[in-house]
Amino acid sequence: MKKSQRSNGSAFGESRFSFGLFLSAIIKRMIHFVLLISRQGKVRLTKWYSPYSQKERTKVIRELGGVILNRGPKLCNFVDWRGFKVVYKRYASLYFCMCIDQDDNELEVLEIIHHYVEILDRYFGSVCELDLIFNFHKAYYILDELLLAGELQESSKKTVARLIAAQDSLVETAKEQASSISNIIAQATK
Amino acid sequence: MNPFSSGTRLRDMIRAIRSCKTAAEERAVVRKECAAIRAAISENDQDYRHRNLAKLMFIHMLGYPTHFGQMECLKLIASSGFPEKRIGYLGLMLLLDERQEVLMLVTNSLKQDLNHSNQYIIGLALCALGNICSAEMARDLAPEVERLLQFRDPNIRKKAALCSIRIIKKVPDLAENFINPAASLLREKHHGVLITGVQLCTDLCKVSSEALEYFREKCTEGLVKTLKDMANSPYAPEYDIAGITDPFLHIRLLKLLRILGHGDADASDCMNDILAQVATKIESNKNAGNAILYECVGTIMSIEDNGGLRVLAINILGRFLSNRDNNIRYVALNMLMKAITVDAQAVQRHRATILECVKDSDASIRKKALDLVYLLVNESNVKPLTKELIEYLEASDQEFKGVLTAKICSLVEKFSPEKIWYIDQMLKVLSEAGNFVKDEVWHALIVVISNASDLHGYSVRALYRAFQTSTEQETLVRVAVWCIGEYGDMLVNNVGMLDIEEPITVTESDAVDALEVSIKRHNSDLTTKAMALIALLKLSSRFPSCSERIKDIILQNKRSFVLELQQRSIEFNCILQKHQNIRSALVERMPVLDEATFSGRRAGSLPTSVSTSTGTARNLPNGIAKPAAAPVADLLDLSSDDAPAPSSSGGDFLQDLLGVDLSPASASPGTGQPPKAGTDVLLDLLSIGTSPPAQSSSSASNILSSIQDDKASLANLNGLASLTSLSPNATSASPAPMMDLLDGFGPSPQKKEENGPAYPSLVAYESSTLRMTFNISKQPGNPQTTLIEAIFTNLSPNVYNDFLFQAAVPKFLQLHLDPASSNTLPASGSGFITQSMKVTNSQHGKKSLVMRIRIAYKINNKDVLEEGQVSNFPRDL
Repeated sequence: MKKSQRSNGSAFGESRFSFGLFLSAIIKRMIHFVLLISRQGKVRLTKWYSPYSQKERTKVIRELGGVILNRGPKLCNFVDWRGFKVVYKRYASLYFCMCIDQDDNELEVLEIIHHYVEILDRYFGSVCELDLIFNFHKAYYILDELLLAGELQESSKKTVARLIAAQDSLVETAKEQASSISNIIAQATK
Repeated sequence: MNPFSSGTRLRDMIRAIRSCKTAAEERAVVRKECAAIRAAISENDQDYRHRNLAKLMFIHMLGYPTHFGQMECLKLIASSGFPEKRIGYLGLMLLLDERQEVLMLVTNSLKQDLNHSNQYIIGLALCALGNICSAEMARDLAPEVERLLQFRDPNIRKKAALCSIRIIKKVPDLAENFINPAASLLREKHHGVLITGVQLCTDLCKVSSEALEYFREKCTEGLVKTLKDMANSPYAPEYDIAGITDPFLHIRLLKLLRILGHGDADASDCMNDILAQVATKIESNKNAGNAILYECVGTIMSIEDNGGLRVLAINILGRFLSNRDNNIRYVALNMLMKAITVDAQAVQRHRATILECVKDSDASIRKKALDLVYLLVNESNVKPLTKELIEYLEASDQEFKGVLTAKICSLVEKFSPEKIWYIDQMLKVLSEAGNFVKDEVWHALIVVISNASDLHGYSVRALYRAFQTSTEQETLVRVAVWCIGEYGDMLVNNVGMLDIEEPITVTESDAVDALEVSIKRHNSDLTTKAMALIALLKLSSRFPSCSERIKDIILQNKRSFVLELQQRSIEFNCILQKHQNIRSALVERMPVLDEATFSGRRAGSLPTSVSTSTGTARNLPNGIAKPAAAPVADLLDLSSDDAPAPSSSGGDFLQDLLGVDLSPASASPGTGQPPKAGTDVLLDLLSIGTSPPAQSSSSASNILSSIQDDKASLANLNGLASLTSLSPNATSASPAPMMDLLDGFGPSPQKKEENGPAYPSLVAYESSTLRMTFNISKQPGNPQTTLIEAIFTNLSPNVYNDFLFQAAVPKFLQLHLDPASSNTLPASGSGFITQSMKVTNSQHGKKSLVMRIRIAYKINNKDVLEEGQVSNFPRDL
């Protein structure tokens, strides 16, 4: 509780200020953000579909990590948090969390999380945390084929896999071309 | 590996970071990488741009600043190859958010990519646009997205559909352009397109009533048919989850039907059959099936009434509620909360089960169940339900107690059939979880007790008993102390015994013992101790035999380190010693508190504190000016001609009564009740003499608050402090000036002259809507410090709510802002808000004051922000 505001320069540094704004500025949408947190509290993936500033993001992660990692194993997969609901599910050492509005379907979000995990599993071939660390960008690409603007985009795992494979092969082709060109240049300038 | 590569590979960097043993090591690795990346950026290195960005994303995920890489994203997006664009767009979505201005630069690239010949590049652009587009981008790129809704490849159509959702949410005006293309998406066979198309229609309905009408008329039947086909479709391996074909599509269709059916009987009629089919046929042994059932129940509850379906839905919820899976029980509670508005009776049938859920081991379920129980309570079942909840209060864990207590208190207050029951329940709550009880709740209890004249004796005895068994609950002690002070004689003489009471023998000295315990208890907080002191003063006239002992206890606090207690004890001692003649009148029982005023004030319906009577005089407390208080007021209000005209009971009247306002919550400006200076009963009692100069009172408050920083709102006591016109050094708080006041009963000498040179008031800020005037003064002997009283005047015809003034000063100044007198500024200059501040100039004589200000308020709930700079301070401040 602060009664006085001691401040220097033009810093109107009242946390209440920015925070009030941040909660009211969020438009209703299905998924506000997706978080992957390891059991040690390390962030493995974050995707924000609603506007949160960097500071708010750090705060959200810290806060939610504390809440979710401390919950017992047999409890339900939903946490009420600041007027939103966070649906989380633990797969091995990773917690997959999605933040949704109060009146969204929690059970469906649980199904979406599982859907994502199954696609990851297929892509990496029995996925583990290390896959997601070293290939974090791949995890993002897959998520982007599954969710867009906080809404589900594709219900077929096969389609997602096909689209990702097609884009991966585009990248491979481009790489091969680039290396063959650089070989030619190297040859020519020898 | 390319031999010309500079720096490390992404994989190596991740490995290096992961092998760090300490946070410091990790920081060092990251710093080194960042330095290399910065160098590469400044050299405009092309070959490793994408790799550097990938590294930056990883570093970003670890929580390090990566803003310097933002422009790299734009460069990658602008390059021609797919791999570069892919990583560039990913970085754009990850490192930037829609509020950053860099984003405007990307609009052009996005536009080009949306028209690209490669569909995957279009896909990347749509994805980025959907995730981070701002309102401006939405306007610029809406035509492209609209066109892509008809693109040949379904995977682009589905992305475009979701992108459109983002656009219409950002700019609802654009909604009508999307209605027709969205409707045509509903006829698609591709599940992805269908899912996103249905979702787009749902969101269009939310932002545009025109769209809602259109879809209701044109698409309801088609959607019902689609759902029917889905429900009856044969096994489809690509979309199958737990034996159900595409539950995601099921749920989205149900969601759209819910909106279409809501408030429209024809549309509702049209979907009855399929809803019944879904509700009965879907298997509920897997999560996917339950998710559909849950959605279906929601749809049934919100479409127009159909008795049969509702029964079906409530039965499903009943089944959910008895499910062993916690998730299912959680959603059941959640849905029952919505069902209660539709069919309260049906929900009441599950009361016992719901009550069990309040005691669940899962905090999420407990909270949901408690919310639901709260809605279930009515006049007829409040007694058994409250009993259950209070019993559970004992067993619940600490974290939950706060929520539970708040709910019980609010229930008891809302539905109490009779006062005695209310008092009984509150006593139970106070003794069980008094530390979790909010200030306004125990304040309310005191008001109720005060109003129930036939229960005074009962209450004080019950409180005394409770106090004997649990002294750990702060609020219980406070209420008990107040009641013993007021009704101590009833405690001792067993006045007004009820049949249900057991007789109790309390001697006068027992009662004083109780108060002494509460003062000496080491964990009593300041409010409690201060209240106990007042109670002792009151008892001194009720129990003449104990008056010597009371005097001793009061005197012990004369050396208290807490200024508040020290001062009270000195003053009270003075009353005891020198003013026997007025003492009994002074400590007379409090007049009955006006419940209506109190509850009105709590609800915030009363205009809060319009009591700033003039610009310069500090608002004097006015609680006692109420007609009910006439006997006391007459006696003491000897200088009524000097006192500012009391405004209609706007003051913090209960705080007046309690003698203190230490509730920390009330001190933050702009929230709830604005704290006001000088709401102290003692000042009320002693408000004889002219109003002391404002300067001294605010300085006293500063001293008080510096002594007890955590009790920030001590400043509110400055009414009391101002009585004695404390000089800045608090330790010399001698009783002398106050005795002058009491002895003389005359106007105290004007202290203004001592307060250093006088300055003319200046208009520090003026806009067409608001004027801020500063009254400036100096503390004697402290030239560095300037006291400023800001007076805000509303120049517009609208009332300003949630008024909040903030000020910022350069480093050589120190600013201390007191709470404002109010957060509501009446229209057209018909009232003021005053707020004091103290500015300490560490470079006094060299630099003059300067201040930037920001004033925020609401007109008709619309936020307004005014900012400005005050540089016209007199030079020598």
